[in-house]
Amino acid sequence: MEKTINRRDFIKTTTATTAGVATLATGITLTTFVNANENPVTNEKRWGMLIDTNRLTETDIDGMVGACQKEHGWGSDKLSTGDQKASWIKKLKVKDTATGRISNLALMCQHCEEPPCVDVCPTNASMKREDGIVLVDKHLCIGCRYCMMACPYEARSFVHEELTDQKEHMPRGKGTVESCTMCVHKVDKGEQPACVASVNSDAVIFGDLYDSSSKINQTLKKVQSTQIRADLNLNTAVRYSGI
Amino acid sequence: MSIIRYEQTQGKSLGFYALVAGLGAFILAALGSVYFMEHNGHHVTGMSNRIVWGMPHVFALFLIVAASGALNIASIASVFNKKVYKPLSRLSGLVALALLAGGLMVLVLDLGRPDRLIVAMTEYNFNSIFAWNIILYNGFFVIVGVYLWMMFERRMNKYSRSVGIAAFTWRLILTTGTGSIFGFLVARQAYDAVIMAPMFVIMSFAFGLAFFILVLMASYKWTARPLGDATVNRLSNLLGVFVAAVLYFVAVYHLGNLYLAENSGVENFILLDGGIYTKLFWYGQIILGSLVPLALLYSPATKGNRSMLGLASVLIILGGLIQLYVIIIGGQAYPMELFPGKEILEGYGTIASYTPTLPELMLGLGGVAVAIIAITYLVKFLPFLPESLADDVVDPHHKK
Repeated sequence: MEKTINRRDFIKTTTATTAGVATLATGITLTTFVNANENPVTNEKRWGMLIDTNRLTETDIDGMVGACQKEHGWGSDKLSTGDQKASWIKKLKVKDTATGRISNLALMCQHCEEPPCVDVCPTNASMKREDGIVLVDKHLCIGCRYCMMACPYEARSFVHEELTDQKEHMPRGKGTVESCTMCVHKVDKGEQPACVASVNSDAVIFGDLYDSSSKINQTLKKVQSTQIRADLNLNTAVRYSGI
Repeated sequence: MSIIRYEQTQGKSLGFYALVAGLGAFILAALGSVYFMEHNGHHVTGMSNRIVWGMPHVFALFLIVAASGALNIASIASVFNKKVYKPLSRLSGLVALALLAGGLMVLVLDLGRPDRLIVAMTEYNFNSIFAWNIILYNGFFVIVGVYLWMMFERRMNKYSRSVGIAAFTWRLILTTGTGSIFGFLVARQAYDAVIMAPMFVIMSFAFGLAFFILVLMASYKWTARPLGDATVNRLSNLLGVFVAAVLYFVAVYHLGNLYLAENSGVENFILLDGGIYTKLFWYGQIILGSLVPLALLYSPATKGNRSMLGLASVLIILGGLIQLYVIIIGGQAYPMELFPGKEILEGYGTIASYTPTLPELMLGLGGVAVAIIAITYLVKFLPFLPESLADDVVDPHHKK
């Protein structure tokens, strides 16, 4: 039986309309919308990242952290101290206790397929897009921090102070939780996340994990890779090789 | 049992107003602290991105856990049909509601965006145990409210048993839910244990009863109403059993964790080399909060002595707060195991530090003050307290 309007069409239309209304009404959209007609968010894609710790230098990681700060406007906390400071991506130095081998890596939100933060969020503020990107809806977040308790990677930050000079594409708010968005505003325009773009080698590859012609898919087929805390079965979108 | 007559307290004495003024001062300090923390942001607290739940949560969870435990007295009377506890049922319901109100106040006022409470009330993620807790707390108010009505209204008395059973079941689910807030956190070595849920239920029995005993003894002493040994000694014995049961659960929890190699790190941290957390665990939770009260309740020298029972109850409450501090703060301070078999040299993996600030403490104490002030006023306006709990009133067959 032929349906006159299917679910995808409905979502497309409503998303485009909502985006339009929000834009008209406020002048600025607070949520990132894709261009619904050309590039709908579907679960046919899953955005992911492969970080090769053998090739990633410490300078690369510092560059990734800096690019993320610049893109999203975090890292200039004036009043927060120590662990209160926002940290969307961190540099980790890890030593194998048996062999003494040292690896450097960047750790951010791993964009789990089964994200514990989304499971525990009482208000649905923590959410996962169809394409696997895990985000916080800043309008729904009540600042309970249960997602931070649940995240196995301590990838989330709570905004501990009033903020000024925010980026238009990344509204942040005192008293709410935030984390890596995989630069969803750039990805929806067909660009690479800021941290990936900042690395001048193939040490970090970004792409659609499901697309068999994508570089990330092909590389993952060839090299041995791992997920951090793979034992939790969260099926992360950020993968590592060389550790 | 002779007929129990309930009567309001007078609430006109100097002592009454002094109590209300003292509690009011604590509540004002708490509200001032909230304004300070919310206005400046949480950077003025000791909490951080690693210790995301701090002192307010210790108090909030203590009060919520104690709330469900305080209802036990009413449950023993109506569900298990123990007549001696019947005269205490109304007060039991009241203490339960007051403690829950205090706990929820603290929990809500520590949110990053307490102004968005309406969001928490209208947007539910049914996969979240936290969302379930919101429903359970609201339901508790309704069900205990109805339960009190059944007890107050003579023509409704006949339903009080069935509503009592419903309330008892609800409170068991509620505390299971509160314990599961931690039990379901799979990634954290200190929490990922199903035993957290029943342990919280047993903790609620002890903390709630300790608080109830203090309220009972204080209100009877301050209103000069008779309170007989038949009632007090029964409560005292029950309190001892509950404290011992908590110890048992704590032992099983730690032994179970020690057996798993992956959890030996966090166990060593809490039990042996965790600095402040180890001290708080052994000296605070185990010795001060459990063993000393047990000795006071059962040793022939102090058994039956009201002051000693009061002291034991205070120690159990302090021990309970310390236990929650060790669970909540200690459990977060120990880093999660990100790379088994590897050592993290830089970027993560250290013990997180936390120093509670005065506003956090004042917010927590404000929650306790709200609970006590609610009880103080409600016993003045409604007949919660029996005129007499003398032995011959409570139990005519009581032998001196």
